[in-house]
Amino acid sequence: MNKILEVKNLNVTLKNRQMQNKIVQEVSFSVHSGECLGILGESGSGKSMTAKAILGLLDKQFTICGNAFFEGKDLIEQNKEQLRRLRGSEISMVLQNPMTCFDPLYRIGNQIAETFAAHTKWSAQEIYQQSLMLLKRMQIRDGEEVLQKYPHQLSGGMLQRIMIGIAMALKPKLLIADEPTTAIDAITQFEILEEFRRIKQQHKTAMIFITHDLSAISRIADRILVMNGGKVVDKGDFKHILYHAQDPYTRLLVEKRTAVMTSYREVIHRKKVQYA
Amino acid sequence: MKQYVIKRALSAIPLLIVISFVCFVFINLIPSDPAEVALRVRQVPIITEEAIEEVRAELGLDKPYLVRYATWLLDCLKGDFGISYVNPTRTVAGELARCLPATLQLAGASLVMVIVLSLPIGFLCAVYKDSWFDKIMRCIVFMTTAMPAYWVGLLLMWLLSIKFDLLPTSGNGSWKHLILPAFTVSMSYISTYIRLIRNNMLENMKQDYVLYANVRGLPQRLILVKHILKNSMHTCIVAIGMSIPQLISGTIVVENVFAWPGLGTLCISSIFNRDYPVIQTYVLLIGVLFVVFNLLFDILQTISDPRMRKEDK
Repeated sequence: MNKILEVKNLNVTLKNRQMQNKIVQEVSFSVHSGECLGILGESGSGKSMTAKAILGLLDKQFTICGNAFFEGKDLIEQNKEQLRRLRGSEISMVLQNPMTCFDPLYRIGNQIAETFAAHTKWSAQEIYQQSLMLLKRMQIRDGEEVLQKYPHQLSGGMLQRIMIGIAMALKPKLLIADEPTTAIDAITQFEILEEFRRIKQQHKTAMIFITHDLSAISRIADRILVMNGGKVVDKGDFKHILYHAQDPYTRLLVEKRTAVMTSYREVIHRKKVQYA
Repeated sequence: MKQYVIKRALSAIPLLIVISFVCFVFINLIPSDPAEVALRVRQVPIITEEAIEEVRAELGLDKPYLVRYATWLLDCLKGDFGISYVNPTRTVAGELARCLPATLQLAGASLVMVIVLSLPIGFLCAVYKDSWFDKIMRCIVFMTTAMPAYWVGLLLMWLLSIKFDLLPTSGNGSWKHLILPAFTVSMSYISTYIRLIRNNMLENMKQDYVLYANVRGLPQRLILVKHILKNSMHTCIVAIGMSIPQLISGTIVVENVFAWPGLGTLCISSIFNRDYPVIQTYVLLIGVLFVVFNLLFDILQTISDPRMRKEDK
């Protein structure tokens, strides 16, 4: 297992007129190939910001310092064009709201094709073939028809699959999934998680899985990083987080989750008793 | 889709009838006797009661109100807009047809100026938000929207035609004559559209699809032009469509400042001469233009947006 990404002392600051708002503070972690790192935290804890900072997706008003070594190159020092070339090919990302992530004015096929055109020298014919393969790999039927569809004509789960397909199409070394299961319903969620597990096992891609959902992270992550208020407050595997977490915030998160699950089980159990 | 177009077109008909009625009523509310005015304009030396009655009968003014409206409307539908009171040898349709090309030329030139100037400037303002360029443009936009067109027209005339002797002051003939009036007409529209395009683009930049386009590593230029600009243009299309009749009617003051022999000049002189049929037809024409362009661009917007387009099955 070789180290794909190593983040060292990453800081993100938002400069307002007077205030300096520290959004991410001293975050360090590393990801190896074939491994999934889960980043757990509630909204506003800086987990998405960390990912965006590494990929150079933040505006000028944010200042980033620290190091993020991707195969030996420090991403923080790379210029815009170098980062753009990495994004979508070497490092890809899956986002939260599949329904709003595609441009409503263009067909799906067009948006897949422009991604390929930005990173490869394929001919139009090759791009078309690759697009069909991409959909096939994601178990989407009637690929030719889907390519002709506009985003609003497809379901959220379908768009999420296409997004994962696009992310994996150019065989990236690192895949970042930013709350990929938050905006979709439970059954699709399950399928999407299975998809990520398959990717991890088949392609040996290094993966960062960002979520606030304990059950989702338990299914996929090998190691977990808990973030709160822009800082890493706990790290370890899922069992460690569940039973031995030191940080009060992590404990709270686990307790709430356990409480929800307990009452859930109680309800189900009571129903069983009634039916019996 | 076809059904939608037909439905929209039919819904415009009652609106057109209301417009024609309002236009007829308002013109007839003007407190002076057109028969008397007609005689005076024709320079009849002594105006007697009998002469007024005679002209009134000649112009059809002695019939009841609604009958006059109905005959006028039916004639209009046949393309007969009546005869000028001032000059009975000329038809209103002929007068308008004589002046329309000059106005269309002016409005067309203004529209081209609006699009050619506001689109790139608005685009650059959004891309380089808060740069010195954006700040200066914001200042100019603020100033030009606050200044009345005829006054700016006069100032430009003084500066460019009299002081530097670059362009002719008035009249029409060569393309040089066109520049000053066209710019004067389009100025406030340019400002409006710079702002509209800039704000629309900034709004679109915050959308998820832009973030995702960046995530996929698309080149910046492609994201700006193909995705952000096209999405922003979309909302601007209707506004620009609505501006076309506004530009045509908006030439009325500017045409008079620059002595441009178009519809505006005709309309003003008709107002002074109490030439009711001409005024009436001018107002009707502008009203119809508004309805037609509104309809046209509404349909256009629906067709160009895949989300609004209904599936034909």
